[in-house]
Amino acid sequence: MDVIAQDLAVARGGVPVLEGLSFVLGPGQALVLRGPNGSGKTTLLRTVAGLQPPLAGSLSGTEDRIAYAAHADGLKSMLSVAENLRFWAQVFGASDIKPALAAFDLDPLQDRLAGSLSAGQKRRLGLARLMVTARPVWVLDEPTVSLDAASVALFAGVVRRHLASGGCALIATHIDLGLTEARILDVTPYRAAPRAALQDEAFL
Amino acid sequence: MTALLWRDLRLALRAGGGFGLGLAFFLIVTVLVPFGVGPETALLTRIGPGVLWIGALLACLLSLDRIFALDWEDGSLDLLATAPLPMEGIVSIKALAHWLTTGLPLVLAAPVLGVLLNLPPAGYLWVVVSLALGTPALSVIGTFGAALTVGLKRGGLLLSLLVLPLYVPTLIFGAEVARRGAEGLALQSPLLMLAGISFGVIALLPFASAAVLRINLR
Repeated sequence: MDVIAQDLAVARGGVPVLEGLSFVLGPGQALVLRGPNGSGKTTLLRTVAGLQPPLAGSLSGTEDRIAYAAHADGLKSMLSVAENLRFWAQVFGASDIKPALAAFDLDPLQDRLAGSLSAGQKRRLGLARLMVTARPVWVLDEPTVSLDAASVALFAGVVRRHLASGGCALIATHIDLGLTEARILDVTPYRAAPRAALQDEAFL
Repeated sequence: MTALLWRDLRLALRAGGGFGLGLAFFLIVTVLVPFGVGPETALLTRIGPGVLWIGALLACLLSLDRIFALDWEDGSLDLLATAPLPMEGIVSIKALAHWLTTGLPLVLAAPVLGVLLNLPPAGYLWVVVSLALGTPALSVIGTFGAALTVGLKRGGLLLSLLVLPLYVPTLIFGAEVARRGAEGLALQSPLLMLAGISFGVIALLPFASAAVLRINLR
């Protein structure tokens, strides 16, 4: 099942940031979003993840299939690494957290409190969460922030295995992940024309 | 869903979780009142049920802004919203976890603290019953307020102002049940009103909380 975005327009705080964006993401494919800061990559990803409705256009193939990883990892500092991961595994109905721990080299850390991890280790734990969701579409917002080169390679390997098993990934990133098969989508040309902020209709 | 409940309870019990906050506040209020009003046992007996109820309500209010704020700050609220849990379920579990960590300890502590307020023997049962019936409503209404103010920096003041008027009916009928119980009067109608408020908000407010939370996450 493909993720299809057609003529998508997204807004942040009532101001349209991107419009006319279309893409198709099939099984085994990865799409890397590029664009300068503030170009609307995060807003687009939040829209695809279903956290906000699109301003215009249509989006299909995303219902209950998205595993979203944002800037914040959603970790509880007073829970251990294994407890954090096990919680998300239970939420998503999976049970085994061993492969995820192993894939991100977290085995030696699993009894440490998440609050005592370094930034890079927290990030790895946040990304390991993707593996326990068992969802096919990974929507990743700057996944490599604070990762060292070895961890980036580790992460690229995980993404590649996910693609090989029929999953797909939509990744906003500034650095080269070494995913040669990934298509690149520069969002700069889709920047919305400046106009007055729309009213947020939610409370009207 | 149970995973979320266990996580919240575990977090509340660990260091910095704020489990004892409401209870300590309740304790302080009820201990200080006898000092404040003086050693008049007759007066204390008369105001005891009301003081217990006001203390419980304020203790509840104190911990409300933690319900969603912590999950919002570390990003787990966004992730929960994309998880296969209905938003209504998430807010109901959050309210239940808040009641178990704040409301239930207050219900259990009330009879002990009633001694300090010279509560008549007949009053203990009804103070406990009224709090047990009323505090779930406080948690559910508070969760609604917390959902409305999530994402606001220092939203605690706004949250208190929004929630306090909604707490008033629960307070009126809850304190009335406790007072009539203590004085040995008929208490069927305030008891039924209190139960009605509690069950009504438990049934309806999670839908409203889920709706405002969805809007606030945009």
